[in-house]
Amino acid sequence: MNPMHYELSHLETLEAESIHIFREVAAELERPVLLFSGGKDSIVLLRLAEKAFRPGKFPFPIMHVDTGHNFPEVIEFRDRLVEQIGERLIVASVQDSIDAGRVIEEFPPPHARTSRNRLQTVTLLDAIADNGFDAAFGGARRDEERARAKERVFSFRDDFGQWDPKAQRPELWSLYNGRIRRGEHVRVFPISNWTELDVWQYIAQEELEIPNIYYAHDREVFARDGMLYARSEFVSLLDGEVPFQESVRYRTVGDITCTGAVRSQAQTLEEVVTEIAATRITERGETRADDRVTEAAMEDRKREGYF
Amino acid sequence: MTESPRRPWKTASARATSSLSPGPASNGHASVARSKSSELLRIATAGSVDDGKSTLIGRLLYDSKQIFADQLEHVVETSERRGDGYLNLALLTDGLRAEREQGITIDVAYRYFSTPRRKFIIADTPGHEQYTRNMVTGASTADLSIVLVDARNGVSEQTRRHAAIASLLRIPHLVVCVNKMDLVDYDEAVFDAICEELTDWAARLDIWDITFIPISALHGDNVVDRSQNMNWYGGPSLLYHLEHLVISTDRNLADIRFPVQWVVRPMAEEHHDYRGYAGQVAAGVIQPGTEVLVLPGGHRTKIAAIDTFEGEIDAAFPTMSVTLRLEDDIDVSRGDMIVNTDDPPVPGRDLEAMVCWMSSSPMKLGAKYAIKHTTRSARAVVDQLEYRVDVNTLEHVPTDQLTLNEIGRVHLRLSQPVMVDRYRRNRTTGSFILIDEATNDTVGAGMLVHASSQ
Repeated sequence: MNPMHYELSHLETLEAESIHIFREVAAELERPVLLFSGGKDSIVLLRLAEKAFRPGKFPFPIMHVDTGHNFPEVIEFRDRLVEQIGERLIVASVQDSIDAGRVIEEFPPPHARTSRNRLQTVTLLDAIADNGFDAAFGGARRDEERARAKERVFSFRDDFGQWDPKAQRPELWSLYNGRIRRGEHVRVFPISNWTELDVWQYIAQEELEIPNIYYAHDREVFARDGMLYARSEFVSLLDGEVPFQESVRYRTVGDITCTGAVRSQAQTLEEVVTEIAATRITERGETRADDRVTEAAMEDRKREGYF
Repeated sequence: MTESPRRPWKTASARATSSLSPGPASNGHASVARSKSSELLRIATAGSVDDGKSTLIGRLLYDSKQIFADQLEHVVETSERRGDGYLNLALLTDGLRAEREQGITIDVAYRYFSTPRRKFIIADTPGHEQYTRNMVTGASTADLSIVLVDARNGVSEQTRRHAAIASLLRIPHLVVCVNKMDLVDYDEAVFDAICEELTDWAARLDIWDITFIPISALHGDNVVDRSQNMNWYGGPSLLYHLEHLVISTDRNLADIRFPVQWVVRPMAEEHHDYRGYAGQVAAGVIQPGTEVLVLPGGHRTKIAAIDTFEGEIDAAFPTMSVTLRLEDDIDVSRGDMIVNTDDPPVPGRDLEAMVCWMSSSPMKLGAKYAIKHTTRSARAVVDQLEYRVDVNTLEHVPTDQLTLNEIGRVHLRLSQPVMVDRYRRNRTTGSFILIDEATNDTVGAGMLVHASSQ
């Protein structure tokens, strides 16, 4: 901020816009929920929610859709952070959906091709319906992926949780339309206009703690389809795959079975930001197996109700 | 990273407005944030494939190193597979399956790029008349609009329409890129003729900042670097212009406009008597001690304090999101507006506005809609349809309805007053949306021309 000219930096401008979005949802919808993955984007969401509502409590709970295939560091971090900020956490479990017969696992762990990524959608939509949520905050950004570049800040979902990209509501100025019928909901993306670099710069500016897997560490990994995956109890190795030790860090944090690591020596936030600023590959392209299925993999999952 | 220190509410010392990051500067990473305190510039572009818009955006992204290797590889691969015969940079922005299949842009695509000086958001929209509503959407938040003219064809109907929409939406700055200069031998006379014709058009549109730049998006002339092929041109390259244009003076700092969004009342033991009014500053500089009115009630009071998560601050200005405390204990709720005492907005129930219609079901006389203006919602009935504007000729055409993508002058009567300014004075307090109460769709975008209380 420049006191002489009353100017805001780009991060301050983005932050103010995000806070405005949080408050609009709280004011206009009855039962919002904040989706939290333990990843950097949702950590930024929590800080923005604090900025929007303190000294009051959040007018909504936090929900983690838990595939059961987690990085243990992330779960430990999640519980500590929620405790620290003093808000309520709901855990919606994919394992419960499997046990209840709501979804069937194609390749149950420890199969080599196990993935619960797509199953999350059912767990998420069930949890939204069971709790009567009418708005769900997510940390998706438009710079992440082609389909997401087209998505509104207030993204309408019908009573099947579906996204119809061709019938989106026009979104003008900072006037958001949150009107829905019973059974429908809106997904709300307060950091739509942030880039990956903005998120990292904000984490640095705000001195936010993030799970330590975002920093370089030694890990036992194996290579598959051009990516490095963590050795875990959930995935078996295919013939010819040989695990090895490598200094890696994660650019995104998701399900351990489909989130790739990148080789890195960056052990501080400064070093990570420097690496991100210099990278020539997008974060989803580098680290998400789930987006490699087809050209429109994300659009297809989003249509079904994915994050 | 060690554990982040938690910053409890209000224990932080009063935050000086000059310090960006309240954290300790000793640790290395605070400098990362500081070195990146660049401004944000929002750009709207409109155009079709043929005029080179995608090539221009592609070049801006590519030359500023914002296209990633995997994205480029994807474009190369897909262009080849589709048999496009050239590197189809439109594939970068056309993200939806239907768009890729039909080779068209059907929606607003947002692209992001940055240089050390600024961060840019491009709202990229299709240019055909049937996509006027997308153009209006992209233009609503823009600081600057880029209009492309094909040097070979001169000013087209589409060019005039883009300029008209930029003017109607009050985008403060217009840049006309006369593209494909390479195909007219970089001829100064061609450029001059286009400038002259569009300058005349702009005079009718009430555009106050217009810049002309001769470019070749394909070869990069005057996009990032000054061209060696047009020594007769003495102006900046496009990117230089985007980086150096002064936008901070576009904001209205004279009036105070603070729509109340959310009342912060923790009711908890430690903040028992706390009552703050949260919102985003739409105009003006608000300081502790400033005398204000709360509308529509009209109570006069003073600002007691401006709170943020980091603590109290000395001044709030556009577009900060803050929480205000007032000196007097008066009833204030969402939808009210805190304003300055001189020249406050008029609480009005009768609005005259330019409306862009966005629904396939036309706006008709006597129809009722929900209206959202700042943080206030009401109902509105269409009292009068004065005319629609032919955006290609600016002619006023009498009409009894507004159909999809049409823009017209409309009189609305509201169920309760809203605190409005003319759109040309304030884009936030001068704009509204109309919502169909049966479908819940956003069907109209309105810009206030006039309001009266009766």
